[in-house]
Amino acid sequence: MKYFAFLALLFSPISSFAQSGNDDLLDALGPQAEKAQLVTATFKTTRLVTAHSIENLPAGVLDFRISHRFNTLQNGFSDFFGLDGATTKLMLDYGLTDRIMIGIGRSSFNKEIDGYTKIRLLRQRTTNMPLSVSYMGAISMRTNNGYSASQNLNFTHQLLIARKFSDRFSLQLSPTYSHYNLVPLQADPNNIFALGIGGRVRLSRRATFNAEYFPVLGDRLSGTTDALAIGFDIETGGHVFQLHFTNAPGMTERSYIGETRGKVTDGNIRFGFNISRVFTIVKPKGF
Amino acid sequence: MQKILLTLLFSGIFSGAFAQKWGTRAGQVDFFSKTPLENIEARNKAVSAVVDAATGAVAVSLQVRDFKFERALMESHFNENYLESDRFPKAEFRGTIQNPKAIDWAKDGVYQVTVSGNLTIHGVSQKVTAPVQILVKDGKAGVTGTFPVRLADYNIKIPTLVAAQIAESVDVNLVIAMQPL
Repeated sequence: MKYFAFLALLFSPISSFAQSGNDDLLDALGPQAEKAQLVTATFKTTRLVTAHSIENLPAGVLDFRISHRFNTLQNGFSDFFGLDGATTKLMLDYGLTDRIMIGIGRSSFNKEIDGYTKIRLLRQRTTNMPLSVSYMGAISMRTNNGYSASQNLNFTHQLLIARKFSDRFSLQLSPTYSHYNLVPLQADPNNIFALGIGGRVRLSRRATFNAEYFPVLGDRLSGTTDALAIGFDIETGGHVFQLHFTNAPGMTERSYIGETRGKVTDGNIRFGFNISRVFTIVKPKGF
Repeated sequence: MQKILLTLLFSGIFSGAFAQKWGTRAGQVDFFSKTPLENIEARNKAVSAVVDAATGAVAVSLQVRDFKFERALMESHFNENYLESDRFPKAEFRGTIQNPKAIDWAKDGVYQVTVSGNLTIHGVSQKVTAPVQILVKDGKAGVTGTFPVRLADYNIKIPTLVAAQIAESVDVNLVIAMQPL
């Protein structure tokens, strides 16, 4: 009997005494595995310049985007450095879930309408996952020529592979496949491939320098050249302003990747901007 | 002899209720920024806290990224621009209950105490003192309290462009339910 009493005595208070180390009180909660946090804000907005970035809209957020690409700068004051003429694109994007966003757009370049879906497949984390990977699929249709709707369709598939290397630097690769139902010349390919590359350098809390380049690999539509753009993202509260210089007047995948005419080296540089304004349509749970 | 044994056994079984330390990993910390233009509210439901009943020592720790906001953009700005949670992932409080004897952790009741210590946010430590209420009921202890945090004290800079939307001082609210450890 005495032994039992002794045992009981031995075990009862041990749990409290065992934790009386004074070094860190929080150790009393026991060991906790370090949580792998999602890496966020790889880019400021859902577009690098014209091309899709790895970023998605969060669930329930609507993004209204207005983009302009002006005429080339080279004519100087006669058309006010290109500002007299512009192609315009209006876009509405929406986050269905934190992983899936959709969008529609209307562009004045070739009077195109387009729609797309962007799906997050992998998300970079602080440990174990070094990359973010998304799929972007888009359909667009020209409406300014006499051909049928199906002839004017283009389908583009893009894989977005991005890594935020540091708070200051992010890089993205965008292998792209684009199919044109109808191309201008018999010799032109219906399918083109491009390997987009883009990145950003953060300049301050609210400004980044961005660049994107979409070299077409293999056959291309005759008379076209690779799209290049450099610019700045400036964030002010609910708006992101993207100001840039590019040789591409088009703002859909089919047009800027496959149908850009005019090399940068020949002075074909245009000023352009995107304005993004987000609205929270569906509030997250708990608010 | 049997009585002694029984007493010892019970003290073992219920040692939880008289434990020296109380704690949780699922405490809640909210903060509110109120201005005429915009109210901002955020909630963190993964707060770790431990109180040593014997000494009155208190430790609270949270991951800044665990704060959830009504608007995703606020959360992004909070992490990227203001709290810089990549550089300063944690916010912590280390301090003591000034009058730990005022609390009878074994007895149901509401106890008003004052906690003081060092609050570290955004890599900056400041001395703070706040009144908190401790509710002991059915072998559990709940801590509630509200105290102000001046953003400038923690080197959190608000650009003039959005200064009208973000309060200079935000109210921090604690709701921490603890169990004996």
